[in-house]
Amino acid sequence: MRPVHVRGEVLSRKRVGAYHQITLIAPGVADSARPGQFVALAVGGATSGLLLRRAFAIYGATPAGVYGGTVQIVVAVRGGGTAWLASLDQGDPVDVVGPLGSPFRLPARPVSAVLVGGGYGSAGLFGLAQMLRGRSCRVDMVLGAASADRLFGELEAKRTAVSLEVTTDDGGAGRRGVVTDVLPEVIERAGAGVVYACGPMPMLRACGDVAASYDIPCQVAVEESMACGIGVCMTCVLPVVGDDRVTRMVRSCVDGPVFAADRVRWDDVGTVPADALGATPARAPVAGAS
Amino acid sequence: MRAVDFLTAPDVDMGAALAGRRFPNPVFTASGCAASGRELAQFFDVAELGGVVTKSVMLRPRAGRPTPRMAETPSGMLNSIGLQGPGIDAFCSHDLPWLVEQGARAVVSIAGSSVQDYAELAGRLAEQPGVAMVEVNISCPNVEDRGQVFGCDPGAASAVIRAVRAEAARGVPVFAKLSPDVTDIVAVARACVDAGAHGLSMINTLLGVVIDTDTLRPTLAGTTGGLSGPAIRPVAVRCVWQVHAAMPDVPILGMGGIATGLDALQFVLAGASAVSVGTAVFADPGAPVRVLAQLREALAERGFPRFSDAIGRAHRPPDPMPVGNENVDVTAEEAAEHDDAVR
Ligand SMILES: Cc1cc2nc3c(=O)[nH]c(=O)nc-3n(C[C@H](O)[C@H](O)[C@H](O)COP(=O)(O)OP(=O)(O)OC[C@H]3O[C@@H](n4cnc5c(N)ncnc54)[C@H](O)[C@@H]3O)c2cc1C
Ligand SMILES: Cc1cc2nc3c(=O)[nH]c(=O)nc-3n(C[C@H](O)[C@H](O)[C@H](O)COP(=O)(O)O)c2cc1C
Ligand code: FES
Repeated sequence: MRPVHVRGEVLSRKRVGAYHQITLIAPGVADSARPGQFVALAVGGATSGLLLRRAFAIYGATPAGVYGGTVQIVVAVRGGGTAWLASLDQGDPVDVVGPLGSPFRLPARPVSAVLVGGGYGSAGLFGLAQMLRGRSCRVDMVLGAASADRLFGELEAKRTAVSLEVTTDDGGAGRRGVVTDVLPEVIERAGAGVVYACGPMPMLRACGDVAASYDIPCQVAVEESMACGIGVCMTCVLPVVGDDRVTRMVRSCVDGPVFAADRVRWDDVGTVPADALGATPARAPVAGAS
Repeated sequence: MRAVDFLTAPDVDMGAALAGRRFPNPVFTASGCAASGRELAQFFDVAELGGVVTKSVMLRPRAGRPTPRMAETPSGMLNSIGLQGPGIDAFCSHDLPWLVEQGARAVVSIAGSSVQDYAELAGRLAEQPGVAMVEVNISCPNVEDRGQVFGCDPGAASAVIRAVRAEAARGVPVFAKLSPDVTDIVAVARACVDAGAHGLSMINTLLGVVIDTDTLRPTLAGTTGGLSGPAIRPVAVRCVWQVHAAMPDVPILGMGGIATGLDALQFVLAGASAVSVGTAVFADPGAPVRVLAQLREALAERGFPRFSDAIGRAHRPPDPMPVGNENVDVTAEEAAEHDDAVR
């Protein structure tokens, strides 16, 4: 699962609702990619003042074939970097590092799984769905978004999953509401033994809570701001409880982005809990130390 | 087809020396931008570098600051990590032996909250085999002096360096890492050298603040952060220039925004005996080895037979011979001799 650094190029880009689905020729990246992992792309071109890479969940990965390996991502335009990606055409060069991060853990024995995707978060779930089905797991899906154009992969989900529930905040597609409104009934109907979720932080937490109420595990892929994506800078940390019950500030780029939902201290994300390993007693912030 | 012998770039002796300690080449990682080398080893052999400068280690494990810890800025970034790390025990049992095993030269960066912390850290490292050099990060708040940063006060900086020198192993160079956030960097540099520093690493990050105009609050949870990346390069080159001009015999490990071999060459010409590549690693995990290859090529193109011939070259008067004049056939050695004579 060693990541590679390659100069790739755009094979295709198309609009899908509010998003851009981009296929990149990136030899070697797909070979060892696992569901839940991500790629980090340089943005803005060679003379850009945008220094840092942008992270995107791997939506599809094709190891070999005519193009010597491709990866697919789904991009929501947010700021300058994503706007640049959304302006690329076929043949444009893109510098790719990947696959990065720890993948979703797969059940050792067949078990019914519910996959929950919020917005473009569903992109990271389709590879997982395929792999679960290949291991004789029943797969049900729940997709949610603010509005219909922000849903991703409805058709594919219909084809892949035994059942699909859709929710939108504005009721523009599926049921009006949020994914956790329907998650309990899907878990019950499917007799689910595990939940996987990918999407905004509040949704991940809520999915974890629902799964916990059914006493089943929930794995979530978090999205923390990252400077390096490869584990060297300590930018992307969040408080996570270890097997030894000790809370540590762990790196979401290498120890995650996939975590067990019940290990993430959701209330404390964005802080350093006082009982975390190495927490310093509260003091006035002091300038200087990096 | 007839064979043609093409000219190849002449080989450059890339050997570097810092305070008598020899390194195979002058390109290092920068503290806090390479962890302890393990992650970068997925992308290149860390033994290929002059050395790996490790994340500043403290006496005890440290959780660091809350998030967000990062804000991207034009050609740079602010970070406020707060020195998160495992502490010296875990570092010595886990990270240092790994580096030694790889055949890498470990430059261990230490950070403390008091003079005593630094002394203890230096003492612990003196017991460890395989420490090629110690870099003392003095850009840390002194809890015994209202959180004043050691490196911003020549007196506090020299107290730290003196304490480290007293405990450090003989034959292992001690470098003081300077903060640019001072009015007179030469004064701090001199204080460190007078206190026994064998050399100087410069520069650390510059203090900055970014405000989020949507939340109307600072972007970083810790409010302030350290600015790094190409945005700070001219400041860093200026610092190296001033200190080298004042103390030409003190070796400098130069850094601040180096992303290419030519960036590195600027530091060398300004007086650095070696360079560290920091933030550029986030954009290109292979940046240190790429910078090394590019620096070698840049030196060859400019006719330097040895890397060391380029150190401080920008302080000398302009070369009287026009560059690229085909009629004047002077070897680099002759040119160097000429320059020495001029000097
Ligand atoms: C593991 C992971 C997987 C992701 N997967 C996807 C995906 O599949 N599709 C998608 O559209 N987006 C995804 N994101 C979010 C995406 O990385 C950001 O939207 C993007 O970096 C924004 O860059 P920008 O220049 O457009 O925005 P700006 O806001 O201008 O970016 C400024 C800086 O903040 C960082 N940043 C801003 N927003 C985020 C964010 N939400 N998460 C992390 N860093 C951020 C950027 O990397 C950059 O350094 C993922 C993020 C992570 C960490
Ligand atoms: C994320 C990050 C963490 C850093 N941590 C440390 C540190 O622990 N100790 C230290 O002396 N310098 C630290 N630095 C400063 C760098 O070593 C370097 O001096 C500075 O970033 C300028 O070089 P650059 O522009 O090449 O990054 C850190 C820099 C960054 C960006
Ligand atoms: S982003 Fe640098 S350690 Fe995770």
